[in-house]
Amino acid sequence: MAGLHKSDLPNPVLNWIDSRLPIITMMQKEYGVFPTPRNFNYFWNFGALAMVTLILMIVTGIFLAMNYQPNTGLAFDSVQHIMRDVNYGWLIRYVHQNGGSMFFIVTYIHIFRGLYYGSYKAPRELLWILGVVILLLMMATAFMGYVLPWGQMSYWGATVITNLFSAFPAIGPKIVTLLWGGFSVDQPTLNRFFSLHYLLPFVLIGVVFLHVAALHIVGSNNPLGIEPKGPQDTLPFHPYYTAKDSVGVCVFLIVWAAFVFFAPNVLGDPNNFIEANPLQTPADIVPEWYFLPYYAILRSVPNKLLGVCMMFGSILVLFVVPWLDTSRVRSARFRPTYRWLLLLWVLSFVVLGVCGANKPEGIWVILSRIGALYYFAHFLLIMPILGKLERPLSLPESITQAVTGRPLESH
Amino acid sequence: MRTPRCLFAPVLAAALAVTGLLALSHGISGAAAQEAPKPPSENWSFDGLFGIPDLAAAQRGFQVYSEVCSTCHAMHQMHYRDLTGLGFTDDQVKAIAATFTVPQGLDDQGQPKEGPGTPANQFRSPFPNEKAARAAMNGALPPDLSLIINARPDGPNYVYGILTGYADAPAGFAMQDGMNYNRFFAGHQIAMPQPLTDGRVTYIDGTPTTVDQMARDVVTFLYWTANPETAERKAMGVRVILFLILLTGVTYAVKRKIWASVH
Repeated sequence: MAGLHKSDLPNPVLNWIDSRLPIITMMQKEYGVFPTPRNFNYFWNFGALAMVTLILMIVTGIFLAMNYQPNTGLAFDSVQHIMRDVNYGWLIRYVHQNGGSMFFIVTYIHIFRGLYYGSYKAPRELLWILGVVILLLMMATAFMGYVLPWGQMSYWGATVITNLFSAFPAIGPKIVTLLWGGFSVDQPTLNRFFSLHYLLPFVLIGVVFLHVAALHIVGSNNPLGIEPKGPQDTLPFHPYYTAKDSVGVCVFLIVWAAFVFFAPNVLGDPNNFIEANPLQTPADIVPEWYFLPYYAILRSVPNKLLGVCMMFGSILVLFVVPWLDTSRVRSARFRPTYRWLLLLWVLSFVVLGVCGANKPEGIWVILSRIGALYYFAHFLLIMPILGKLERPLSLPESITQAVTGRPLESH
Repeated sequence: MRTPRCLFAPVLAAALAVTGLLALSHGISGAAAQEAPKPPSENWSFDGLFGIPDLAAAQRGFQVYSEVCSTCHAMHQMHYRDLTGLGFTDDQVKAIAATFTVPQGLDDQGQPKEGPGTPANQFRSPFPNEKAARAAMNGALPPDLSLIINARPDGPNYVYGILTGYADAPAGFAMQDGMNYNRFFAGHQIAMPQPLTDGRVTYIDGTPTTVDQMARDVVTFLYWTANPETAERKAMGVRVILFLILLTGVTYAVKRKIWASVH
């Protein structure tokens, strides 16, 4: 059915455009009148916050790339050149450097919200899976970005992490050579990481678009985990949630700015202020804080291959969460036992993070093993079994009834 | 029907558990860190939310660096032009730069030549390269000091501890040849001989040149070289955050008004 779109925009210029490319109609439908459950709490801000972060990271990153040199002999000094000589270079770089951490904070809370309120359950499985793809892409991007300043931790972090692939029998060493573009982390590695670090955020935008497109097919979940039963249960996205998201964005920017202006290096490692030196290994090689839980899982297993598999498995297991959880109730608010066990899982994730920051000896080995055990048990045992055993609280009749206390109005 | 709405209690419980764990973490790492003694915790002009480097101290520290540290330690991130950030005028910077002899490219015969420094020049390096430095220094490499404050945990106190931590080795402590005992260096054996002694330099402003005073001044200078944007950054931060708080207030008011009919 070719032909012009029937646009009802009063402005003739906009109408002319919209008739040929109904992008304004689409925005109006998806972000203007889009029916959104009326009972979101502030946890529903975090998707928007992640979007804002992605945009700010790309904008600052483009300006950094104008002054950065992906060359092992120049990279470290070019970052200092940005910090010292480029106009407001320190600001752009500190926004970008701390933005990585902000991105993970926001995304982890966004994922927690999905887990707590059961946003991964039918019909939102594909939406969830696309989210896990976004997480993986983010991790790859962040890892390669951390290598670019070419400090000691950049270099040795890259060496340790890429070497993990060598654990796979037969093909392992070949994968590592392929990643490095040679036989150690060196110029080809830095150059390709720079290229990929610039590419992947745009791939991320593509997957984020699919994530949002899938969201707009099935609609948003909400804190009650019950579907809207009619127009009285929803509000148009604009102005209600544009306004509410704006509040969250402002608060988020305060937190981000606090790091940028008053503690720009507090999340970093002093070793990265030393230029990469392949002949001198730092005493402790520690990844950035957002990777510490996975690092702890890796080190909790005495066998390298098994450790590597468990580390990758800790993310991959998220892909099948929609099918592991057998409970028909979405929101943990109505699951009295599961609710606490999920928070225990959050605790296990945090404990693993603390373990990852400490040397793998003494109590940290024991704690990281307990943490890793619970991390997996939660998904592989508790989710399938508890879903069948647990007796959920009774669900409210409708969103409006739960919010206002009034029974569902019949039309 | 009463539904358990509030996430507050469980989150609080989790937070308490994490705090306990972190405390435990600190206790253990504190006990394990025998080899690197914790340096004294000093007060610095650049400490805290609004602290910025004391420029008078940093200027004195630049003098200490130039007359003492620069014999062995390079600062290749620094240019003489950067010294305007310490409060020197352009003419003063020109004069300071001219007192140093630095490489000035090639002469007409293609041979490397040297000449008086200009503001555009990097700080003079004591050695042409790492090999030359190691050859002259008994195999040890004096680290570049441009970023040293950021490159060590608790940098200001660490550098201050090293500079003031020289002492006679305790009886029975086996020292290697050419090494010096230092209370705050990991392993207590440092290749650098004690750089600062009372009266080592003469300050123009008459400040007494005790080891403690010179160490403080040079740490302030090194903090500035590692973080030259500090004053600008913190001043901008105050304005940005005040603006964002205001914006949050306005945005929240708008949100309340929009939602008033729904609640």
